[in-house]
Amino acid sequence: MHDRIYDFSQLTHHIDQALRSVMSPTWTVITELVIIGLIFLGFYALLGLFLVYAERKVCALMQNRIGPNRVGKWGTLQTVADLIKLLTKELVYIKRSDKFLYNLAPFIVIVASFLAIAAVPFAKGLQAVDLDIGIFYIIAVTSLGVIGILLGGWASNSKYSLIGAMRSGAQVVSYELSVGLSLLSIVIFTGSTRLSTIIASQADGWWIFKGHIPAVIAFLIYLVAATAEINRGPFDLPEAESELTAGFHTEYSGIKFAMFFLAEYMNMFLVAAIATTLFLGGWMPFHIGHWDAFNRIMDYIPSIIWFFGKVFFIIYVIMWFKWTFPRLRIDQLLKLEWKYLLPLNLINTIIIAFIVMMGWYF
Amino acid sequence: MSGVIKYFADILHGIKTLWGGMRITGKYFLSPKEIVTQQYPEIRHKQKIVYDRFKGEVIMPHDENNQHNCTGCGVCEMYCPNGSIEIITKKIPGENGKMIKVIDKHIYHLSMCTFCGLCIKVCPTQALAWGQNFEHAVYDRSKLTKVLNKPGSSYKGLNKKKEAKS
Repeated sequence: MHDRIYDFSQLTHHIDQALRSVMSPTWTVITELVIIGLIFLGFYALLGLFLVYAERKVCALMQNRIGPNRVGKWGTLQTVADLIKLLTKELVYIKRSDKFLYNLAPFIVIVASFLAIAAVPFAKGLQAVDLDIGIFYIIAVTSLGVIGILLGGWASNSKYSLIGAMRSGAQVVSYELSVGLSLLSIVIFTGSTRLSTIIASQADGWWIFKGHIPAVIAFLIYLVAATAEINRGPFDLPEAESELTAGFHTEYSGIKFAMFFLAEYMNMFLVAAIATTLFLGGWMPFHIGHWDAFNRIMDYIPSIIWFFGKVFFIIYVIMWFKWTFPRLRIDQLLKLEWKYLLPLNLINTIIIAFIVMMGWYF
Repeated sequence: MSGVIKYFADILHGIKTLWGGMRITGKYFLSPKEIVTQQYPEIRHKQKIVYDRFKGEVIMPHDENNQHNCTGCGVCEMYCPNGSIEIITKKIPGENGKMIKVIDKHIYHLSMCTFCGLCIKVCPTQALAWGQNFEHAVYDRSKLTKVLNKPGSSYKGLNKKKEAKS
């Protein structure tokens, strides 16, 4: 049924063959790792620039403003100019800070999001590693980032940083539960944690449609909890600029600040990519039952466009949250998680398990 | 049981109000015509960007004969809290040989002005007014010192006195 969709593994296979014909197997593996690393680095930089620009434009439109419009056509080069400014800025060192941990923290944050992106399936056959425990791996690796935040807050030796980091710790530890449970619901539906199997199971319909109302509830809970986990508004207490100046990265400047900033946007991309893969069918085109002509037209749209289209839709929704709702207080934040999201999620998981047991889904 | 109902009612109410907020921002996102931002340097010559009562700078209106209303009495200079006005007068011979005091230079230091408007309020002959110009950036501080009466201008009332006498 999906033979019409271009499989990127053909392309990667050709590259692999070409490399193997000119060098030994060990060097082939090393070269491929370097190539993939460079591709991800470039992808990171470009996507970070684009997401910052998109965020500023979306926020401006929601507030009846124009947004960046001076540098380049429609201000498209604004973020490039900002990046150049950040790279050339002075790195300020603080007296009585823990130099080693202070310098290490941004790298931990960015490495955590970098590790997770390896398991994201971008298109048919376009995935760096297809792990058996794909979902588990992503959940485990993305929550490493909070160590970097805690270290950054502690090592800066500043009260704002420390308060921000502690809030971030409380927040991520709480919301990790809801994220895990809501992803678990799809794992129950699929019976697998391998991302390629999860996507293949959505060939005849995305889980958000196939899983009835429980899947929709799981999707909404995932969106809320994941937004909290990446410290974005309305859950941006760790950086709360009106109370804590900039939270855990108050004392960072220049390229180190840029790393925290980039990691925040990349985590947003990761959250959207996971939501897309699990609930919205990943790179699978939109299909309706037996409308063969319609399904065929949908198949002609390349799978990579489907993936990025859905991801940017989710990112837009997350931005929409951020620029609509006011920030929560810390007690409201924990109340939302422990009194509302977690009990609902547990009930929802039991209902899903029951539905799967009875076979009441398509 | 009522507690359980209240729990779910709270959740539904929360979702409803949150959706209400998101609908408003979503509507603004989809209607770019409602943008209120004025793109300043582009619209400078296309439309009026300040209101009539805007306090841009102190000016001295001149009529078509290059005549103004200033008698050189110096009240504005006395009232100015910052000393940003200096009045220099001169004496010219009147028609019957008497020397008359008239304004020579009305010096206005824009760099010292707080735009309080006292000079305009106290002027007995309404010689001063607010101008609409607000682009005061210059490359040299000395350019902020302005002479308000134009060169070769004269007091409007002088002719009237002559007409009344003749």
